[in-house]
Amino acid sequence: MTLDAVLVVAAALFSVGLYGALSQQVVVMVMMGLELMLNGVILAAGAIWWFLAPDPTGQVLLLVVIAAMTVEMAMGFAVATLLHRSRGADMTDMAADLSR
Amino acid sequence: MIESVAFWALGVLAVAAGIAVFRVDSMARATYALAVSFVAVGAALLLVDLHYVGIITVLMMIMEMAIMAVYMIMFMGMNPALMPMSMVHDHRQAVVAAVGGFVLLAGGALLVPWPTRRGAPAADTTAALGEAIMGSKMLVMMTISPVMVATIVAGVVLAAPRGRYERFGDDLRRRPADDPQPGGVGR
Repeated sequence: MTLDAVLVVAAALFSVGLYGALSQQVVVMVMMGLELMLNGVILAAGAIWWFLAPDPTGQVLLLVVIAAMTVEMAMGFAVATLLHRSRGADMTDMAADLSR
Repeated sequence: MIESVAFWALGVLAVAAGIAVFRVDSMARATYALAVSFVAVGAALLLVDLHYVGIITVLMMIMEMAIMAVYMIMFMGMNPALMPMSMVHDHRQAVVAAVGGFVLLAGGALLVPWPTRRGAPAADTTAALGEAIMGSKMLVMMTISPVMVATIVAGVVLAAPRGRYERFGDDLRRRPADDPQPGGVGR
């Protein structure tokens, strides 16, 4: 188990999440892609903490990443609820008003 | 040696479950595949002595995915497990971006001459984290706390079907409130 190996696995997780965030049409599936990207970030940050500088500061940074993930999910669910309530939309393509 | 085998098993499981999220037809299965991916990453964190963060990741993500499964069933009018259909757009560009991103990140991870480890981990990493967030890093937690409260308020405001403007009018002066079901004692 080396830093390189963990970072390659984290890169794979991040890339799979990137694919999902870019390709999925359902809003909640897009959020799943974002979650998967953050999953890779958590793994990479944990490995860098352990292999390079195992100081408590790194653990605090990881807690911040996890908190950011929680905020993203909570706001994402709220926006998904609002979209569904106001226009019956569950697809990103149905909420593309700002893309034009 | 055992640590390496365990890490690779967890790593492969995490990535395979991540891929399964976007391959399975059922939304509920996709949610639980994502939960498996998070549990594998949480277990991998335990291998590098991140006990607190690893357990938090596992517990939080299991709860979050359970909520997500409910959302999936709430918002998806049909059952995709019975009616498999493609729910993707820009598939080709997304694959190119994902593969390009992986090559870039993995190439960087393998080619960068990483420095040697600086310092040694504390004997009890969880106790060290506790002392950090209650001591020198308290400002971080004090910043996260109001952000979390603001998230709760914003989430309720966004998701609530009726707010005070629906009840009391645009100038908030309408009395009695326009409620679908009048409550109170009739005053």
